Amino acid sequence: MTQILFKNIDMKDLTDIEVYEKQGGYQSLKKAFAQKPEEIVAMVKASGLRGRGGAGFPTGLKWSFLAKDVFPRYLCCNADESEPGTCKDRELLLKNPHMLIEGMILCSYACSIETGYIYMRGEFHDLSFIMDKALDEARAKGYLGKNIQGTGLNLDIHTHLGAGAYICGEESALLNSLEGGRGEPRMKPPFPAVEGLYAKPTVINNVETLCVVPYIVNEGAEKYAALGTEKSKGTKLVSVSGNVKRPGNYEIVMGTSTREIIYDLAGGIRDDNNLKAFIPGGSSVPMLPADQVDVAYDYESLAAAGTMLGSGALIVIDDKVDIVETTLRLISFYMHESCGKCVPCREGTRWLHQIVERILQHKGTLEHLTKMEDICDNMSFKTFCPLADACVAPVVSSIKHFRSDYEKYFKNIPTGSV
Amino acid sequence: MAGFTFSEKQEKEIDRIVAKYPFKKSAMLPLLTLVQRDERVVSPEAMVAISERLDCSPAYVQSVMSFYTMYHTEKVGKYMILFCINISCQLNGCDKLLEYTAQKLDIKVGGTTADDKFTLHREECLADCTNAPMMRINDTFYGELTEQRIDQILDSLS
Repeated sequence: MTQILFKNIDMKDLTDIEVYEKQGGYQSLKKAFAQKPEEIVAMVKASGLRGRGGAGFPTGLKWSFLAKDVFPRYLCCNADESEPGTCKDRELLLKNPHMLIEGMILCSYACSIETGYIYMRGEFHDLSFIMDKALDEARAKGYLGKNIQGTGLNLDIHTHLGAGAYICGEESALLNSLEGGRGEPRMKPPFPAVEGLYAKPTVINNVETLCVVPYIVNEGAEKYAALGTEKSKGTKLVSVSGNVKRPGNYEIVMGTSTREIIYDLAGGIRDDNNLKAFIPGGSSVPMLPADQVDVAYDYESLAAAGTMLGSGALIVIDDKVDIVETTLRLISFYMHESCGKCVPCREGTRWLHQIVERILQHKGTLEHLTKMEDICDNMSFKTFCPLADACVAPVVSSIKHFRSDYEKYFKNIPTGSV
Repeated sequence: MAGFTFSEKQEKEIDRIVAKYPFKKSAMLPLLTLVQRDERVVSPEAMVAISERLDCSPAYVQSVMSFYTMYHTEKVGKYMILFCINISCQLNGCDKLLEYTAQKLDIKVGGTTADDKFTLHREECLADCTNAPMMRINDTFYGELTEQRIDQILDSLS
């Protein structure tokens, strides 16, 4: 099994820079500094690496979009991991902070960046101590600071903690939050590559994405691109949670079958129940019924199945679960996390919540399902950021695949109760 | 209105924080976090002190603060229990365990014990889904919760 990100993940004291260096850590810098910055960008492009935070945008392309000759530029590492079901970045930050720093140095060199921030969700306060210590070690070793390794590159990286807002994982909301404001999304364009942090060109990448870069520089783009499928390259961390025997973060090669992830890696369904549904990429993507469990785990195959790879959080649901209750919990999350800037999201999430609550109280009718789909239609692609669309995904897919779960609440409705 | 002044220790920390950013307003969240950590609440007086430090209006500080769930306008207990109720924890029976915890502490979810020791809040996903059901108490994550484990954890803090 190919392990890039999790190769040494459980090694004792890997957070210590000396231990990390002994495993070949920071070696990629020498290789990178012997090349021109644009060659590093080209290499990342050629590797086929795509953003691991959720959207799957090609990383090298993102880097190449930075506004020409505008400085200073900033790098923001998105460590606001909040997508329900996702906990892969937490494991990387907790156990291998230097891998992220190394990746951030490479990105900064490639993009001529002198300041980086690691935006961590406020609840990761414990991890910020680990990260701060690792950054201090990297400074002491001369990997950060002025004129790094005699290259003329100046770079410092700081941690920054949020304070409890899912929306700050959306890149433009993250920037507003980092600037000291409310974490509301911005109108795009301009995209962050042109006007990002402090209105300067900014690269925003997920923790996992940046952690892959040292491997690409060390081993070459071809070696990375040889892994996976035609369009989904490399490996992916998958957080498997829910009703499985061995929940955990697993590194898989793109294109592995979802069945293999659930039944081999995660040990199958707990209590030997049957699989009912699974959400492949975090709560913001459509759920699939059990009969699609053979779908290959990569961007294109999951898209063809009507869902998305998202953040790589595979939530497994067994046949003892009522999908209506699960859906209500997810709607409740999006209602809570909607920042309220866009009306379709602010009101739509609330209306959906009210309707599903009513259904669960046996006060619903079939018309409510039509009404829900109608509300969803008015939420999709009508807002600044994708939070509304994220709420729509579980709702529409649950009605599509598990209509009978809803319908059982429509039986024996006392007259006059609606 | 009684004023709020930062302690000498806080002032040092603030200098270190502000130096991270080219614009000091970026220190807004870290400063609010610092006050919340030390005082267990962000009072209107503290908001004024932060606004003066960061050259913005107190209203702006309040507007930002009200956006984030980790800041409190009423004092919370010494131990802040955030109990995850999102999907992976729900699938692993968190609802019953939350109820159990509330009964054990003899408070409603959202409340604080009479001795100001524990505050119990329902929380959205805390990114520890593979250890579900889980909760966070101050800075520590506790996963794979059962009634027995909750007993042990709370007793060790009492």
